[in-house]
Amino acid sequence: MTALLPPLAASGPSLAWYLTRSTGAVALLLLSVALALGVADVRRFSTPSWPRFVVDALHRNVSLLALVFLLVHILTAVLDSFTSISLVAAFVPFAGSYRPFWLGLGAVAFDLLLAVILTSLLRGRVGPRAWRVTHWLVYACWPIALLHTLGTGSDVKTTWLLTLSVACLALVLGAVLVRVLDGFSRDSARGRGLAIGGAFAFALGLVLWLPSGPLGSEWARRSGTPSSLLGHASTSSSKIVVNP
Amino acid sequence: MTSHRLRVNPIACEAHGMCHELLPERISLDEWGYPILDGAPLDPALLAHARRAAAACPTLALLVERRSN
Amino acid sequence: MSAHLSPNQLLDRPASDEPGLPRLLAGIPARGGLGLREHLSLHGELPVVEGRGRARRAGASGLIDEVERAGLLGRGGAGFPTAAKLRAVAGASRSLLGGARPIVVVNGAEGEPASAKDRTLLRSLPHLVIDGAGLAAAAVGAQEVLLGVCESSPPALDAVARALEERRGSRRGGPLDGVQFQLRPVPHRYVAGHESALVNHLSGGPALPTFTPPRPFERGVHGRPTLVCNVETLAHLALIARHGAAWFRRLGAPEQPGSALVTLTGSVVAPGVYEIEHGSPLASLIDAADGLTARPRAVLLGGYSGTWVDASRLREVALSDRDLSPFGASLGAGVVFVLSEDACPVAELARLTRWLASQSARQCGPCLFGLDAIASAFEQLSGGAGKRDAAEPRLRSLAALVRGRGACSHPDGVSRLVSSSLDVFALELADHARHGPCAACARPSELPRPRVPRPATAAPA
Repeated sequence: MTALLPPLAASGPSLAWYLTRSTGAVALLLLSVALALGVADVRRFSTPSWPRFVVDALHRNVSLLALVFLLVHILTAVLDSFTSISLVAAFVPFAGSYRPFWLGLGAVAFDLLLAVILTSLLRGRVGPRAWRVTHWLVYACWPIALLHTLGTGSDVKTTWLLTLSVACLALVLGAVLVRVLDGFSRDSARGRGLAIGGAFAFALGLVLWLPSGPLGSEWARRSGTPSSLLGHASTSSSKIVVNP
Repeated sequence: MTSHRLRVNPIACEAHGMCHELLPERISLDEWGYPILDGAPLDPALLAHARRAAAACPTLALLVERRSN
Repeated sequence: MSAHLSPNQLLDRPASDEPGLPRLLAGIPARGGLGLREHLSLHGELPVVEGRGRARRAGASGLIDEVERAGLLGRGGAGFPTAAKLRAVAGASRSLLGGARPIVVVNGAEGEPASAKDRTLLRSLPHLVIDGAGLAAAAVGAQEVLLGVCESSPPALDAVARALEERRGSRRGGPLDGVQFQLRPVPHRYVAGHESALVNHLSGGPALPTFTPPRPFERGVHGRPTLVCNVETLAHLALIARHGAAWFRRLGAPEQPGSALVTLTGSVVAPGVYEIEHGSPLASLIDAADGLTARPRAVLLGGYSGTWVDASRLREVALSDRDLSPFGASLGAGVVFVLSEDACPVAELARLTRWLASQSARQCGPCLFGLDAIASAFEQLSGGAGKRDAAEPRLRSLAALVRGRGACSHPDGVSRLVSSSLDVFALELADHARHGPCAACARPSELPRPRVPRPATAAPA
């Protein structure tokens, strides 16, 4: 019976490995939805059945849910003994040994998200001004999270993850567009121009980078997977061969 | 005997209107979307709702103040 | 604006225990400011507060007691008891641990267009104001005084600067020694004279009101306990310190003792700043101004945030808050404006409310939108587009809607003006609603509305 259950901490595809990848993907999706809801919130979107407080509460709850999935994602990544990712590496960028740069981006995104969520939970204490300024960090957090997904994720060549990434990118680009086209905003024209320009430059850069990057050959090696794990892991999730 | 009162910081208020959605019993909106408060003490049964409304305000303009009589 | 005084007053005779008028305006020179030497020979030296430390503080609180006995009320418009204000600031600074030293602000912003009394005092009798400010500083334990003077009045700025120079040149060893005075120009805006706006400006921010609490007496300029006092109030204080509470009370009414400055303008022969005894009849003020130039329609009392009184009741009006309360009016900042019968009140109000709307700090929605709507309603009646018969009920509901919903009292003042106008000018308003603009609508404005440069709007968060 036990043989049927993938061991949690074995040298191979473990439950933790599956969990960390799946929760990571869900976290990316939820983060994207949360960002879109945030834009709807600041644009004062409401309908009779979706009053303002619902949009606002939904934005908050989806963000918190994203955080929960993120925490499971991090914990399972740490617990999984296939890759030795320490707990420290989850918070301190670029401290790990497994694909340090790309994993490190994840830590950066996580730290930024923590800052945003903590200030939001303690909004009454930090005051509206500090809260608002910190909240802008989400626009840095999201692209970093996407890059982390594409760079670290061993599923990047799969259809499901690529589709998910493209969908999230489209959602966020749309949200940024809606945010920037806010006629009532006090934001400067220059700031808006920068936002639009930056968003599309990012998307363009991504499209240009992907084929020769994560979608190219030998990405596992080029991204910093420790050599002891190379040969065991291919970028396809289901074909892990374990040498006893 | 402490009572609680609603107050709005009219400079911070940007007429989002969430306070009215969350506490329609005590907050109504004028024709421009700004809250109208009557200044009377809050019914203790509404206190939790009032606090929620104050926490939901995007600019933290709504205040629940404690007064001791 | 000329200032007037009783023909018997001579420059070199000390005012000392003269019960009558003038008091503040005694010795006012025809031009320029009264010099330090003349000021001291007219009013005498300031009483010295003896001793050091606790004895000195006791002496300072003795002054507060005297001011309380005198019953001096603030002359900036709100009429708040000055002694209570002094005590609040003195108390606020004591309660802080080691804390921030209090500071005194002289409010000479005078954003009210129809008022000139503060400018007159600063321009012509600066030493009286400086005396009062220094005494107030000693009373609350402050060592700094900021003299806020309207920047659009160069004569006032010059006179105060010169007076401060004179004082620096003569170290007299009096109670004002050790008090630092600083002249600070203040933008000429209607709301700049509001306490929190003035404090905001002096703390380096815009001259726009802030949300209170905390009030200036707790946290004002740079977070310090701040005493904000009107120019005229401090002038009275300077005389009370010399002559005592009993002397102060020899004029005026028990609940509103002493004298007051009023700015009488409009359809009078000799408009200007006058000193009156509280409770004296309006008719005698008009007589002192050599009478009217035209048949009056109504009198505006208090300021642009004040109340109208119909001309038919002029004979009943006496200048004290108690006498004015049956009319729903108060003396306020001492503005008395006589509107002539030739003017169209509706057109005047349209222009006035439009001006008042432009003076909004634009920080609070109900003020920003409400005052604009009020002005539009009056404009509809005096020739603008729109449904005329809807204008009056609209004005009634707007007056109720804007009251108390701003961070400062600007919308409250407009609300009061509108309510009063609906009452006193009911006939003209109904007439305009039915027939549209009248011939007098096009007449030039009688109520002054200074053109002020558009200020920067409130900075976004």
